[in-house]
Amino acid sequence: MQLQYFLLLAAALFSIGIYGIVTSRNAVRVLMSIELLLNSVNLNLMAFSNYLDSTLIKGQVFTVFVITVAAAEAAVGLAIVLAIYRNRETVDMEQFNLLKW
Amino acid sequence: MNLASGVQIVTFAILAAMMIGAALGVVLFNNIVHSAFMLGGVFVSIAGLYLLLNADFVAAAQLLVYVGAVNVLILFAIMLVNKEENFVSLPNAWLRKVLTGLVSLGLFALLSTMVLATPWSYSTGTPVENSIVLIGEHFFTDFLLPFELASILLLMAMVGAIILARREYLPPQETSDQLPQTVLELPERPKELVPAGSKDN
Repeated sequence: MQLQYFLLLAAALFSIGIYGIVTSRNAVRVLMSIELLLNSVNLNLMAFSNYLDSTLIKGQVFTVFVITVAAAEAAVGLAIVLAIYRNRETVDMEQFNLLKW
Repeated sequence: MNLASGVQIVTFAILAAMMIGAALGVVLFNNIVHSAFMLGGVFVSIAGLYLLLNADFVAAAQLLVYVGAVNVLILFAIMLVNKEENFVSLPNAWLRKVLTGLVSLGLFALLSTMVLATPWSYSTGTPVENSIVLIGEHFFTDFLLPFELASILLLMAMVGAIILARREYLPPQETSDQLPQTVLELPERPKELVPAGSKDN
């Protein structure tokens, strides 16, 4: 097993997440794509922790912090989606143009 | 972990195929409930990959936090906002998809070139046996401040989510000088009652 396999896998997951963020119309799906991005970064950190820093596994500590921040982000993001849905009666990203010039 | 390298390769291939397939399902499925279940598949596959990387504690944390909390939260949010609605079709939607696909492919090409061209300096130390003890030592010595800040961040996120998801309330204009009776109660707009099974909701 090599480090490059994991890094390539994380890069593929990151690209899929970018595609999902830009193209999806549903606001909840955008949040799910953000979770994909955070997971790919976590996979990178874990691969580095195992292959480049296997005695002091600091990458795993960073991964735990990223998981914490991702959980907080999911809660606040879904609350924002709920608030917008209550005001605008839609979850279409194209109609969220309150702050758009 | 003491697996033979052939077993590791096969496990990695299966997990990678599961993860990429489920991630494509998250992005490409039309039904968002199916996407949410596919997201659970992505999280479980990533937990398996963590086990391959000698990280048992983080794999368990991934399962608990992502599959147990975040995925269920997303499913609840879908249930709360899942009104049948047909999005107004945009002109040039296909152009946007093609361009985004090209950008994603270019990003992947750049990242993979960087990964394959960099000479990584592999560590020569033996992998740790008991990672939980080492992670705990990190948390309470050199990462103590971020650890405490993470607890404050979680508290702030919880309060913020409650405040945001609460129904807004416009307090009635009253000028009585008596103290309110229920100080500890958060004022909230009364909910419109909808009969169960109504069609328009």
